Amino acid sequence: MTAGTLMPYDEALERFEPVLGLETHVELGTKSKMFCGCKTTFGAPPNTQVCPTCLALPGSLPVANAAAIESTIRIGLALNCSIAEWCRFARKNYFYPDMPKNYQISQYDEPLCFDGYLDVEIEGQTVRIGIERVHLEEDTGKSTHVGGATGRIQGADYSIVDYNRAGIPLVEIVTKPIPGTDRLAPEVAKAYVTELREIMRSLGVSDVRMEEGSLRCDVNVSLMPRGSSEWGTRTETKNVNSLRSVERSVRSEIERQAGVLAEGGKIIQETRHFHEDTGTTTSGRSKEEAQDYRYFPEPDLVPIAPDTAWVAELKAALPELPSVRRKRLQAEWGLSDLDMQAMYNADAIDLVEATVTAGAPAADARKWWMGELARRANETATPLADLPITPGQIARVTELVASGALNDKLAREVLEGVLAGEGTPDEVVERRGLRIVNDEGELSAIIDQVLADNADAAEKVRSGKIAAAGALVGGVMRASKGKADAARARQLILEKLGVSE
Amino acid sequence: MSLIRKTAAELGSLIAGGEVSAVEVAEAHLDRMAEVEPKVQAFLHVDRETTLDQARAVDARLRAGERLGPLAGVPIAHKDIFTTHDMPTTAASKILEGWRPPYDATVTARLRAAGLVILGKTNLDEFAMGSSTENSAYHTTHNPWDLTKVPGGSSGGSSAAVAAYEAPLSTGTDTGGSIRQPAAVTGIVGMKPTYGGSSRYGLIAFASSLDTPGPFARNVLDAALLHEAFSGYDPMDSTSIDAPVPSVVEAARTPDVAGLRIGVVKEFAGEGYQAGVLARYHEAVQLLESLGAKVVEVSCPSFTTALPAYYLIAPSECSSNLARFDAMRYGLRAGDDGTRSAEEVMALTRAAGFGPEVKRRIMLGTYALSSGYYDAYYGQAQKVRTVISREFEAAYQQVDVLVSPTTPTTAFAIGERADDPVAMYLADLCTIPSNLAGNAAISVPCGLADEDGLPVGLQIMAPVLADDRCYRVGAAVEQALESRWGGGLLSKAPEL
Amino acid sequence: MSAITRDEVAHLARLSRLALTGDELDHYATQLDAIIEAVAKVTEVAAEDVPPSSHALPLTNVFRADEVRQSLTPDQALSGAPAVEDDRFRVPRILGEEA
Repeated sequence: MTAGTLMPYDEALERFEPVLGLETHVELGTKSKMFCGCKTTFGAPPNTQVCPTCLALPGSLPVANAAAIESTIRIGLALNCSIAEWCRFARKNYFYPDMPKNYQISQYDEPLCFDGYLDVEIEGQTVRIGIERVHLEEDTGKSTHVGGATGRIQGADYSIVDYNRAGIPLVEIVTKPIPGTDRLAPEVAKAYVTELREIMRSLGVSDVRMEEGSLRCDVNVSLMPRGSSEWGTRTETKNVNSLRSVERSVRSEIERQAGVLAEGGKIIQETRHFHEDTGTTTSGRSKEEAQDYRYFPEPDLVPIAPDTAWVAELKAALPELPSVRRKRLQAEWGLSDLDMQAMYNADAIDLVEATVTAGAPAADARKWWMGELARRANETATPLADLPITPGQIARVTELVASGALNDKLAREVLEGVLAGEGTPDEVVERRGLRIVNDEGELSAIIDQVLADNADAAEKVRSGKIAAAGALVGGVMRASKGKADAARARQLILEKLGVSE
Repeated sequence: MSLIRKTAAELGSLIAGGEVSAVEVAEAHLDRMAEVEPKVQAFLHVDRETTLDQARAVDARLRAGERLGPLAGVPIAHKDIFTTHDMPTTAASKILEGWRPPYDATVTARLRAAGLVILGKTNLDEFAMGSSTENSAYHTTHNPWDLTKVPGGSSGGSSAAVAAYEAPLSTGTDTGGSIRQPAAVTGIVGMKPTYGGSSRYGLIAFASSLDTPGPFARNVLDAALLHEAFSGYDPMDSTSIDAPVPSVVEAARTPDVAGLRIGVVKEFAGEGYQAGVLARYHEAVQLLESLGAKVVEVSCPSFTTALPAYYLIAPSECSSNLARFDAMRYGLRAGDDGTRSAEEVMALTRAAGFGPEVKRRIMLGTYALSSGYYDAYYGQAQKVRTVISREFEAAYQQVDVLVSPTTPTTAFAIGERADDPVAMYLADLCTIPSNLAGNAAISVPCGLADEDGLPVGLQIMAPVLADDRCYRVGAAVEQALESRWGGGLLSKAPEL
Repeated sequence: MSAITRDEVAHLARLSRLALTGDELDHYATQLDAIIEAVAKVTEVAAEDVPPSSHALPLTNVFRADEVRQSLTPDQALSGAPAVEDDRFRVPRILGEEA
């Protein structure tokens, strides 16, 4: 296939209307695998979490994990889905070395949950994303490709396979086609995945770490010419491993498809791979022949018929959903939409809430997380939540400031110490000697010295130019290495110079 | 009487009573095997020392006062489709040659727990696909009644081993008749329990919704004792029934059919049935009537479509079940010269490792499940399955058990049907409906056909979880016929 | 007319990962044709309103508790492997897509 020219995004949007679709896979955080009792710990030594069933040894059989079924139903309920009264697992047949049975136990035309929706907020407006289905399946093993220049599959000499991941429960969430997003398509895609991740977290069903692959996203994009109502051919982009990539992959695929169509080309229905480094997609191997998965009901597992009363119980026991919670917290904290959105984007809401719960005023908690700490996280490219500091420690710092033991400058130093692993806030204060100087005698001595060293400025103040006192206060702060209480220093300076405000 | 001629129940009590050791019993059978195996070729794997180790362990457990079941110390021939951690497991396929499973099947584990001593792994049609053991990748097993005939299949090694007095008991699996048909043509008892009544965990799958482990023995009581030893709920098998095992041993000890309603399946007689088979079958029905049973004719018109439905459902499931044999994790790997891709190596390995019947069924199943054909074939076959189950249900409203010949003919000659798969499939004509409906069914010997002097089996079918009825009726037939014959049918078999 | 063509058999062989020779394809085409003709009898059964049975028995809701059980050791897991490297199953180069 020719590489084609990308069409600039604005032009592409003028000429075409995008239709999106998202398939998201979420690895459930169950203790054991979907169909056997092996552990699901991430990063374990290779082939230490495998058994006859997940290795597909001859004679082995699957038994479904009750917790995975329950989690899937809860996800469906949180996504406003109907829950099947009776449904079956199905085998999806295709050969691939990382899939031990050469079929995947999945669900076909009888998903556990179907026909729901998820609302996301974009630039102040609500976009309702239809959910086609939520079903349960199993993950594959992991291949490492050896030899060749790139370490990638193409050009490799051979591969080595670790089946620890094989059989981990995987929930697939498929949207209905999403038309009408227009130029916001990339943002909508990102907002959808972000919100889905929030829901998974609030349900406690998965750690949803995109970098570890416990949340994976396939993005479908098609374009139709403006004025047309016939949807175009779609492509499916895989390997989209971060929220930012979701957005970028949609944008890049719109630009690419628009370029192909503008040159009179045709979009091929294919799988494409997103590359983080270039921000573009490339074609997967086009298949020699159409896949025929030969789905049929899994005879080794019996149908699932969730009890209606039980489903109702699960529904009643759902936690407050993230969007509802955000509205509540926004009201409680008295924040503007913009501020709240900024916190959401920075993934700071949980942290701020925990800090508030630990005793800090909301405004202070927000100030630290969205200010100093957000800056640090940004500098070190660390997720905010992964900084080595806890909400409880932030709350303690705000408490020290409120009591007058620290000022903002010292508080920042305390945070720095905590982040550097020097201990708790109190330990850092102690070790670095960061307590405010509120010993009047010591402060008075410092002021005397500063007045003596800055006789000109002192004279100006004495003669009524009170504005010049600022420089003297600055001198006191410098001399005290920031530990003086600036307001008290100013008071004392004016007193000593015999003037008042 | 020599140890090898004794029943399993007798051996069990001799061992329990300390009159003979498990080692002595095992040695007697190993000696018999050494003597007749060159002719019968029932086993794929025999390891005298492993067997004697097991026997010694059982003797030690008994000496230590451990309470084991009635079959403790009794030897058994184990179909080579159940995994065994201490013996190779091949399913008679080249693709698994030499494979040593790291785990025991549930059936295997229960045999061990009950103190049975495994003599070796018996031959079968590759992956249990066949009716003659000719589809074994290793060798064909011979019928002890006539070494030029097949011992039935797929569990032909197990039937031959018991009929040849190499083992008093053996295990089998029945997907479309693979226990009952070989039992019938070798003159022994073979039982297909209710589907889900015995665990499939560790049974190398052929067709998951049909495969059922079951016992072979030379008499009904022994079969019931073995049935009880390895059956029952297994949490490792999702399709296992969480209910007590029907009281099969008690039923086998109650050979009484007075007042029982017995349905004769009208469709299983007539054209295509060997005259000698029908003669013995009709006599058996008359015998049951004379014992006080009420015999009525029952029509199950859809049973004639069970065979085609089965040959869509079973291959469909097998095409998927056998996909795991791909040269990646275990078993044969062919054509890996360092340049070929995994895809090519898979295809070369599967071509080299599977025999013709397995390939036929994989392709047939792949066809039946393909888009465009699914509804007409696999989907329609599943509907026929429902229709057949409903006909069984309707029949069981009228009668307690159904009877038919187990097979349309006696054992056929080795090679006779090897190149005609459709003719071969007819061997399972009468046995398949019970697999589709998940019912219990047994085959008991009912005499020798006049034309060829070969054994004929009577099939007794009972509803789900009414396995005990099969044993009760089977025991009644056995008792009446043995008193008429003056011994078991096998006493008429030629010396090997 | 035959129920299945040689080309279809070749397609089935590819789908089933069976490397068959030309002669084998001819042979299986003839046999599968006869078998399909025989099993096509199911299509004559009137069963429009009958629900299909995928299972022998009507069991539902069989689950296991989410509990960890002993896994195999890597040695056991790899014991049957045709080739091993770094405690992983070594397999020939994989065509196709990155998963």
